[in-house]
Amino acid sequence: MIELLGIEEKTYTLNLGPQHPSTHGVLRVLLEMDGEFITKAEPVIGYGHRGHEHMAENRNYTQFLPNLGRVDYLHALAYNQCYCMAVEKLLELKVPERAEYIRVITCELNRISSHLLWFGAYLMDLGAFTPFLYCFDDREHLLDLLDGLTGSRLTYCFFRFGGVPVDIDAEFVAGCRAFVSRLRSRWDDYHNLVTKNVIFIHRTRDVGIITRDQCIKYGITGPNLRGSGIPYDIRKSEPYSAYPDFDFEIPIGANGDIYDRYIVRLAEMEQSCRIIEQACNKLPDGPIMAEKVPKRIKPPVGEVYQAVETARGSFGMYIVSQGDVKPYRIKLRTPSFANMSIFPEMAQDNLVADLVANLGSIDVVIPEIDR
Amino acid sequence: MELVAQYLGSEGARMVVGLIAVIALVSVNALFLIWMERKVAAHMQLRPGPMEVGPHGAVQTVADAIKLMGKELITPAEVDKPIFWLAPIVIFLPVLLSFLVIPFSSTWIIKDMNVGILLILAFSTLSVLSILMAGWSSNNKYAVFGAIRSVAQNIAYEIPLLVTTMSIILMVGSFKLSDIVTAQSGVWFVVVQPLAFILFIICATAETNRAPFDIPEAESELVAGFHTEYTGMRFALFFLAEYTNMFIAAAVATVLFLGGWHGPILPGVVWFLIKVYAVIFLLMWFRWTFPRTRFDQLVTFAWKILIPLAFVNLLITALVLKLR
Repeated sequence: MIELLGIEEKTYTLNLGPQHPSTHGVLRVLLEMDGEFITKAEPVIGYGHRGHEHMAENRNYTQFLPNLGRVDYLHALAYNQCYCMAVEKLLELKVPERAEYIRVITCELNRISSHLLWFGAYLMDLGAFTPFLYCFDDREHLLDLLDGLTGSRLTYCFFRFGGVPVDIDAEFVAGCRAFVSRLRSRWDDYHNLVTKNVIFIHRTRDVGIITRDQCIKYGITGPNLRGSGIPYDIRKSEPYSAYPDFDFEIPIGANGDIYDRYIVRLAEMEQSCRIIEQACNKLPDGPIMAEKVPKRIKPPVGEVYQAVETARGSFGMYIVSQGDVKPYRIKLRTPSFANMSIFPEMAQDNLVADLVANLGSIDVVIPEIDR
Repeated sequence: MELVAQYLGSEGARMVVGLIAVIALVSVNALFLIWMERKVAAHMQLRPGPMEVGPHGAVQTVADAIKLMGKELITPAEVDKPIFWLAPIVIFLPVLLSFLVIPFSSTWIIKDMNVGILLILAFSTLSVLSILMAGWSSNNKYAVFGAIRSVAQNIAYEIPLLVTTMSIILMVGSFKLSDIVTAQSGVWFVVVQPLAFILFIICATAETNRAPFDIPEAESELVAGFHTEYTGMRFALFFLAEYTNMFIAAAVATVLFLGGWHGPILPGVVWFLIKVYAVIFLLMWFRWTFPRTRFDQLVTFAWKILIPLAFVNLLITALVLKLR
């Protein structure tokens, strides 16, 4: 009938604009759609570009430290850790063991808070508004702990070159233990209400599959990679800091669909709880700052690459030093930038209703893409 | 004057009083339901909800209504003006008219028509038209999207709704709502036809666009679906219509399955309202527990699962009635 009338079917363009309840930040996606199916999805990034790498060239090493917390505000401590480790490599500083333990404890607490937020926000995208509130309730306890120690709730700037500035006390350790046991009592709730929910399973099983080849081709890291079955976690593959001292597993998924990535993230939270518990038990005494940390950080000429495993994947910093107080060049390899690159392929030929589910499942933080 | 009085008659006077009562009930009900929704949502989410305005936030809805009335009624440039203006009105009228036949108690019915249930079902279909009008006239791709989805959803869930209602009507033998309630003086139909009750509740949730079937207003996917472009009082009318629709759906569920106004000690009206609000609480409970179904899964669920089940239920009912 339509052919008889001479009307040709064509695709229409829908703009999921920079301001949208579920794009997790300022991300714009240009969609070409054929009814409910997407023929082409093109993410437009850059709305949050703040010039961190340029700022790195114009500040000295210590002044750049607060920037790292803003690159990915959800797992800021891991970014701090990466930077500090990189500069410590250049300066050949040895961080004392107690400081490494404190770094690991706070970093893992931050990882839990990032995954909890992802969990709540993702379910809100899917339409279940209640888990968001439950997750934030859990996060509040965690944030109180870290607030008491570091002074910030979100954009931490807690580590220093050579160690940490503030020591933890018995109250903090007791708080960590209390938090871990509280969080563990929550798993039943989350599993009963979400993981076993038929609607949730239907929306996430066999949806948004990332194959192992795609992972390797696009350089995807983090829970997305592990959800597809590749057991690569920098904390185990290239151990750094105090991680070799702890016994924890790397959860992996089987199919690479959204459900697997969800299960991996929940399991990672449990593994983080294990690390925190072990660290609290084995906490060594000693100094928290290295000896002979120079007042003016002026690393010798050289280049260094340091990668850490953040909640989103592998974050790497490549620092080029020319012997000056300011770095010559710092390159930030952010995990969300690589993870986002799979998105057009994931969205193609799928329903627009799956678009939001797919985007949420790769857990991108847009400021990290734009830097 | 005598001519007018004669013309109206006691029947007319009864209608006028009834309609005024309906409008009053609708307003008070909407106020109460919005407050109830916010409190139920809040307590399920480990927070207190509105507490500032009035005791435990009781006056919050009034404050919100006054605020909405003060908002500018923005009409975007390229909208189809007549349809844009009519849509909120068209969504509201059928809902009001459905109140004519609801038996609040054995004597409190405005007009006990002998096609009562048919009237309600017919009018509930009209709301689909208004959603389409709202979405189309808004000249906004998101709104059109929401409207199309809503139409597909409503049509799909209309059928099992009708078929389950048919099983009840088959048992009672009449469309009159008061007859259906009287037939439950012994045992409530929810005990006799539990499958029909479950199907009815699911379809009622979908018909009123409530979660988990609230794709037409999916905030995280389509901004606000078919009423994206509506502001101020027009938006309030959509809101009001949704909550009143919920009341009607719960009232029909009560009449068909939960024994209407039957109950010991307390007067019929009180029992009726208790049951209606219990069903509404159930609908709210659904909203704040479940994630949203994907649109194609929603439609598949209706066509492939609910409709066969509804027909099976109807067949069994017919068989049992024939064998009796």
